[in-house]
This record gives sequence, structure tokens and C-alpha cells, in this order.
Amino acid sequence: MDISSLFVAMPGAVAQGLIWGIMAIGVYITFRILDIADLSVDGTMCTGAAVCIIMMQAGANVWVALLAATIVGMIVGLATGIFHTVMGIPAILAGILTQLGLWGVNLKIMGKSNQAINVDKYDLLVSLRYVKNAILDKNTIVVVVLFILVIIAVLYWFFGTELGSSIRATGCNEMMARAQGINTNFNKVLGLMISNGMVALASALLGQYQGFADINMGKGAIVIGLAAVIIGEAIFGKVFKNFATKLLAVALGGVIYFIVLQIVIWLGVDTNLLKLFQALVVAVFLAVPYWKRRYFTKPKKIEE
Amino acid sequence: MLQMSNIYKTFNAGTVNEKTALRNLSLTLEDGDFVTVIGGNGAGKSTMLNAIAGTWPVDQGSIVIDGEDVTKLPDYKRAKYLGRVFQDPMTGTAATMEIEENLALALRRGQNRTLRIGIKDKERQQYREMLATLGLGLEDRMTSKVGLLSGGQRQALTLLMATLKKPKLLLLDEHTAALDPKTAAKVLETTDLIVNRDHLTTLMITHNMKDAIAHGNRLIMMMSGRIILDIRGEEKKKLTVSDLLHKFEEESGEEFASDKAILG
Repeated sequence: MDISSLFVAMPGAVAQGLIWGIMAIGVYITFRILDIADLSVDGTMCTGAAVCIIMMQAGANVWVALLAATIVGMIVGLATGIFHTVMGIPAILAGILTQLGLWGVNLKIMGKSNQAINVDKYDLLVSLRYVKNAILDKNTIVVVVLFILVIIAVLYWFFGTELGSSIRATGCNEMMARAQGINTNFNKVLGLMISNGMVALASALLGQYQGFADINMGKGAIVIGLAAVIIGEAIFGKVFKNFATKLLAVALGGVIYFIVLQIVIWLGVDTNLLKLFQALVVAVFLAVPYWKRRYFTKPKKIEE
Repeated sequence: MLQMSNIYKTFNAGTVNEKTALRNLSLTLEDGDFVTVIGGNGAGKSTMLNAIAGTWPVDQGSIVIDGEDVTKLPDYKRAKYLGRVFQDPMTGTAATMEIEENLALALRRGQNRTLRIGIKDKERQQYREMLATLGLGLEDRMTSKVGLLSGGQRQALTLLMATLKKPKLLLLDEHTAALDPKTAAKVLETTDLIVNRDHLTTLMITHNMKDAIAHGNRLIMMMSGRIILDIRGEEKKKLTVSDLLHKFEEESGEEFASDKAILG
């Protein structure tokens, strides 16, 4: 095994991890703030790229395409939100229904199961090609880091406003929120919309980065998002207490996840088994807090 | 301030678990009334409070708060008029949020939540002063997460939140039942203080007959979803626990069964 081949692959892993970090921040909003596991993101993670690439192929400006992808993502969140609140479907099932429906929508947007975009012909914001040997302001890692910083700044502001605080209260204690006159259903829908908008934005960036949108690109996205959230919390949780730094930890969790994945691939693990590996890693990380409580809390003995 | 007229509520209608919790219940509260509510388990005390708060729609009847018919409004819209403290100290506050954030949420009860900043600096001074009146030292811990507080502290905070924006009606659902006797007494003392200071119209459910007699200007006893006793003014002031027990037996034809209610 040649260690230098691992180093060569690292910048790519970091860039990809950062893009998934944006997606993971979206997952954080539903999973941690709203206390909902939203599975629609498996579909949204394709929709964003599909919208972005089809629009760019039709001649749209890259920023317009990104904005359109984000808005379509928010509409996906609206759909899941309506399933959940107006129709009373449990959140997990509502997400699965949206995800299933999106399969068809994504195919309709793309017209076929895969749509490519050539980095030489289109003015892409991020690309595999721009990771190494790219000037600073064109470098994908720099661009995505800037995206993340802006997103964190906006979310930090938003969740400090009256409306943002009421969304946090909704996720923390619904009874209390309603007793304080907060329309919790509206807030859940809004939270799902923001989350899916972020996921679609990440998807649009990922589509540009890899140069294509594919019907399968969102498969297992929720697991990667959760992994990033959990890894970020496990590693930086003791240091990062502030909301903005917590979001940063989630983005870094995405980077660490992809670095680890790269190492696993370098070690020669069968790539067909990667999804299994991903599922097991997330299962273990999700189990840690439970195990800690169950097996590692020492009974406190008071001597008198 | 409150008019409940001919309220009916049946749970699980049409099943073997059918239970009529409120039966032709009518109650009118004058401005500034402090009413204590007693009654055995299943008498409909909490159900009455939930009907007022709008936890679910009632089957029949109407509820008017300060001249506005709220019968069809959902709970979060009625919250504009109501301050609520629940039996479980966990229910009234958001544990993962800071003390001052909880207060800021409560200050905006009944208002649209906008994109303005969630807590203004000048509010903090107000919160500090109000927390100081509780005498629990919370004024120095305003940025602590509420989850770190004890049950009594959380209940005192919930009480403050319920009254921060003056409610038309304060609903207290056995808000001291989960606390130890000393803390319960302290929270009750604070309740009296706030209710008298702000001249609040209040409905307080309690299991404790002594408390029901000692607090407020009016006492009602419920049984089987109805009010069976309504005592106010001078008559209430002279009331004793044995009077209450006697009246209960007279009205209901059975003995009062709960030791807890008698011994307190």
C-alpha cells in the first residue's frame, strides 16, 4: 500500500466532505433542533443536483440554478411538512412518502436517470477539477468553506430571532411552545423547508462537483448526514458549545467522515460493502450515548 | 372574565372506554376572582382547565374569555389570554434553552414571532428584577439551561413565564403537587404574591383541602364532571376542612376517600 496515493486523494475527500457538511447542517436542523428524523433528504439530495444541472444545460446562470435548486428543496420540505402536520402522518413515514414520490419527480426533471455537465463548457462554481492546481478564489475547498461560513452566519442570526427561537422551543417542548402561543405545526413545516433547502443546495453543489446528477446519488444520504452530525458532536462537543460552533462541528464531522471513508477505501475494503460499513458506523455512534448511560455511569456511593 | 356555559366533553365516545368527563358544566369568573378547585380523581378538574385552554375542542357549550368567544380557537391562539402552569415541572419550560430565552418566549405570548432579535438587552434587566423576586438566585444564572434547574425552580420559573405578559386568566393545574412540601409552600407563596400584585383572575386546582381553603376568594368542588359546591366571600373565609368534608358527603352521598386531600 502506497501512503502517497492516500495523500493524493485527501483534498478530494475534504472537498466532498465539506459539501456533505452543508447537507449535514440541514439534517441537524431537523434531527437536533426539531427532533424529527426527516428521511425525505434521500430524495432531496438528488433533486437539487437535477434542478441545477438541467437549468445550467438550458443556459441558466450558476447562481440562478443554485437558488432554484434551493427553492425546489424548500418545496420538498413543504410537502413533507404538510404530510406530517395537516395529514397527521408520523414524521418518519411522511419523509419516506416524500422520498418515494421524489424518485419519479427526479426522473421527470432529468428526463433520464443520469445527466452530465461538462466543466469545460459551463462555468461551474465547484468541480473535481478545481481541487488541486486551482487559483485560490476558484479552489473548490475555499469556495465551499465560504458557503459554509455564510450559511452558519445566517442560521446563527435566524435561530436567534423571535421566529427562530420559537422553532427551537417547538422542537424542545411542544406543550410549552403551544402554551406560549406558538403555532408548532407552522414551525415544523418551516423547519423542514429550511432543512431541505439546505440539502438541495448541497446537492446542487455536489452535482457540479462530480459533474453529473444521478437518480441514485441521494441513496443513504440521511445516514451520511446523521454520521456527520454525530461525529461532529462526539469529537467537538466538549469544546464547541455555542450554536454557531456547533454547526461548524457538524460541517467538520462531514469532512472527518469522508477522510475516514477514503482511508477505508485505501485499505482495500470491498467498495460494494461501503454502505454496510456506513450503516454500522452510524449505528455504533448512535448507540454510544445509550451505552454510556446504561453501562458506564458509575453508581455514586456516599460514605457517611 | 370567563364564562363557561353548558360544557360537555366525552372521551372515547362509542367505545368501551367511553368517559363523560364534563357534564353540563357552567362557570363564571368575575374579574380578579381567585378560585381554588378541589375534587376526587376523575372529577373533571384538569379536564375543565384543558377545555378552557383549548387542548381539544369541547363537544357542546361555549367558552368566552373577556368578551371574546374562544370556543373554536385552537390552544396556541387562546394562549394570548392564558397563563398556564402544569403539574409536571418538565412541561412548562424548554429544558435545552436558557432561562432568559424561556422568559423571552413567554414575553411574546400572543404576538407574531418576527425576524427581530429574540431577546433585547433592555428585557434582560426586567428579567433579572423579576427573577430576583423569586428569591432562588436565578437572577445570576440567566444564561443557564433550564434543564439544570430543580423541579421547584422550574415551577417557579414557569409561574413567572405564565404571568410575565399579564394573562386574562391564570390556570394552575396542581402546580405544586410534584414538589416537596417546603418547595411547594414556597411556590404557593410566590403564586399568592404574583396573583395579588397583578390582580389576576385565577383558577387553581389543588389536591390539598387546606391550601384550597387558605388561598383565593372562592372555592369550587367538582364531582363527575360537574360543580357540586361553590363557596365564596365571607362563607369561604370561615370554612374548615371538616366543613368541606361534611358538605362533600351531603352533596355526593359518599365519604371523601382520599387521605392525601384531608391530611395534606
